[in-house]
Amino acid sequence: MTDQPTAAATGTDTATGPSGPKSPATPDGPGSGGSSGGSGNGGSTAAGGPDSTQGTIIRRILSSSTMVSVLSVVIALILGGVLIAAANREVQATLGYFFARPTDFFVTVFRTVSEAYLALFRGAFIDWQASSFVRAVRPLTETMVNATPLILAGLGIALAFRSGLFNIGAQGQLILGAILGGYFGYAIGLPPVIHFLFALLMGAVAGACWGGIAGFLKARTGANEVIVTIMLNMIAGYLLAYLLKQSWFKQTTSANPATRNIDESAFLPQLLPDPFRLHFGFIVALLAVLFVWWLLERSTLGFEFRAVGENPNAARTAGISVGRVTLLVMVTAGALSGLAGASLILGTEAKLTGGIAGTLGFDAITVALLGRSRPLGTLLAGLLFGAFRAGGYLMQSQTGTPIDIVLVVQSVIVLLIAAPPLVRTIFRLPAPLAKETR
Amino acid sequence: MNAKKATAAAESLDHSATDVRAPIAWKFPIIFGVLAVLALLFFGLLAAAGKRTTFAFASSGDFFAIPEVTVPTKLTGIVLGVVLLALAAYATFEAANRRRIPAWVMVSFGIVFVLSFLNWAGGDTGRIPITALLAGSLALSVPLIFGSMCGLVGERSGIINIAIEGQLLAGAFLAAVVASLFSSPYAGLIAAPVAGALVAVVLTFFAVRYWVDQIIIGVVLNVLVIGVTSFLFSTVLTANAEKWNSRQQLPNLPIPLLSDIPVLGKVLFNQNILVYLMYITVILLQIFVFRSRWGLRMRAIGEHPKAADTVGINVNLNRVANTIFAGAIAGLGGAFFTIGSGLAFGKEMSAGQGYIALAAMILGKWNPVGALAAALLFGFSKNLGNTLSAIGTPVPSELLLMLPYIVTILAVAGFVGRVRPPAAEGKPYSTQ
Repeated sequence: MTDQPTAAATGTDTATGPSGPKSPATPDGPGSGGSSGGSGNGGSTAAGGPDSTQGTIIRRILSSSTMVSVLSVVIALILGGVLIAAANREVQATLGYFFARPTDFFVTVFRTVSEAYLALFRGAFIDWQASSFVRAVRPLTETMVNATPLILAGLGIALAFRSGLFNIGAQGQLILGAILGGYFGYAIGLPPVIHFLFALLMGAVAGACWGGIAGFLKARTGANEVIVTIMLNMIAGYLLAYLLKQSWFKQTTSANPATRNIDESAFLPQLLPDPFRLHFGFIVALLAVLFVWWLLERSTLGFEFRAVGENPNAARTAGISVGRVTLLVMVTAGALSGLAGASLILGTEAKLTGGIAGTLGFDAITVALLGRSRPLGTLLAGLLFGAFRAGGYLMQSQTGTPIDIVLVVQSVIVLLIAAPPLVRTIFRLPAPLAKETR
Repeated sequence: MNAKKATAAAESLDHSATDVRAPIAWKFPIIFGVLAVLALLFFGLLAAAGKRTTFAFASSGDFFAIPEVTVPTKLTGIVLGVVLLALAAYATFEAANRRRIPAWVMVSFGIVFVLSFLNWAGGDTGRIPITALLAGSLALSVPLIFGSMCGLVGERSGIINIAIEGQLLAGAFLAAVVASLFSSPYAGLIAAPVAGALVAVVLTFFAVRYWVDQIIIGVVLNVLVIGVTSFLFSTVLTANAEKWNSRQQLPNLPIPLLSDIPVLGKVLFNQNILVYLMYITVILLQIFVFRSRWGLRMRAIGEHPKAADTVGINVNLNRVANTIFAGAIAGLGGAFFTIGSGLAFGKEMSAGQGYIALAAMILGKWNPVGALAAALLFGFSKNLGNTLSAIGTPVPSELLLMLPYIVTILAVAGFVGRVRPPAAEGKPYSTQ
């Protein structure tokens, strides 16, 4: 029981209060438009006192949020390196005679960690040890392939974040998209191009419906979308498991919980010849980035989205129907996640299995957070995490470092990015000159 | 009595021509009626004739062996359906008189409904193992109950804790590793709360000090814990499983006399220490949250931190302390996955239970006993799904497994009574 006397309670207030960073109170949540915070508030620098006249370019760079992002990645990689080294047997062995020959320890640590990260890099970008040119550049396209669903689902989450909604339900929307997209990929016969377009569309519709449930309930009854979407994720998982046991759905005699392969005409067209897996889905993802950017920054509807995200009460006063916006946001976000699921099955997987979605829905949340809920940021973050995934496989097979380290690195990045003052404190960076204008 | 007075008063005011009495609450009578009719139809009248269902109570080593009960499926279904109809009629009668439907009616309606379902589902294969069903339900519920208690303490103090999943997993991991290292499950029992509390430390560090959105940290922390535990599992734990990840099990400690009660005694009072800790936690929380200074302060900082601060409660310190304490509870729940059930640690072995615990807390309206009931319900429906698919009944287990989540959505959407979270949850507090 924390039963301290009331008199002492006020006294200890400063102990828990923020003491390290200069400006701890900068809530940098999604939808608050964090990226404009650090740099380029020229108009308000005058308010910063005489000191601010020395706001040189270097200082601006150091205090910018891009710097925070980059440093977050660096810290995360260092922490990941510590884990890799700690789990390595050779390192543990050298630690046994650390005081006799400390250099052994450091050399082994450096070798282990650099080997793992180099393999990660080779698997994600360019494999200079490969035997042919095609094999050397294939990792880069693998990064794009892995990034495709992350970008699409990440966009859905980012869009919801900007509108003040937490769409934890990308996982479920993705599964629904994969279910319906896949089903129309093998259950009906259509002419070549129309077939995959129709299947993609159906995937988007399924995701939109699944997201729409959460949006509708939030708009009509005020049900917390976080809880509803988490529950919908679970339901989607069981729905998939149920369908994979039904022969009318699987259309195959095999007892395995997997459907038959989608038709040739439903495959998304390959962008490059055979050893490459890069497919049309990546183009869809790029188009989606463009669409979301246009929607949020250039359209009236997107303005309403952002207005509701910034302040629902003000938006309501201004005549915006908050309920309608909530529903539309969740439908759009769901459609994007549904596209991610459909592109997954129509582009690479070819058949529906129980684990088709993996943890993509949750990875997409980290993508949206790292991208600061902006379309372009989400694209870059999706590519980065796609690179981690692609590289992680090579790292696992070549150096025996489990791919799970990627999860650690990803989550540490997002944790740090969410708390810029912490990163600034670690590196003794200056705080942004002006108070962040929101 | 009160209702009669109210009726009399209303009659005396009849000349005013407006009905000032409270509207009749038709919701439960309607739900009961529909369920009763469905049960009578599908589990009774439409059930295939000539089949028999056996309810098995015995488990090995019973003091009193209760004989199995075998009943004709169709006839029993009809009888149970009629009982349900009678209960629904009684509920309607009570509601029409503007009385609250007594709790015993609701409970017995639930039990009879489940019985009639089991009777129907067992008709094809014949045997329903009642004791195993209940014991399994409790086992599946234990982590959920610990998890929902953790969420409850956190949210009552104003910190949303989505990281229950991570805390459960961390607890399971550390419990397994420490128990294995010391070759003693009780060492793991001490380590598990530490793991849960550590996750909570990170949570509060970011939430209270840096004002990061609590839902974001929770989701990210879950990924982080999955990453770290899976990484260590694939490297250290698998490299030397004998040393790091050998199976340790908390022994069962039957309580004398109580554990000799047939069926229920076996299920409730022949368990390991974790389960007894769970009973104690729920009872203590139910008392302390609502009847102690600590609880009053906790609810104050969760509902109106400014007012709490004004009377001298250190809001942030209390929030941090409570959330870390709650994390320790969740860690204990995680221990049930490994040392509690005698399993070695496995990758992502919490498998989304933390999220269900969150749902149980909401369904239980942020109330320890309510959350306990909800968690038991979830555990029961999950185990029912598993049992039914194991004995090969026509009911698809996946649809049954979905049920808790659908119920939660309905609850959050206000179809099953309004649920209201603490007013200030998720909002960082500062005096500036």
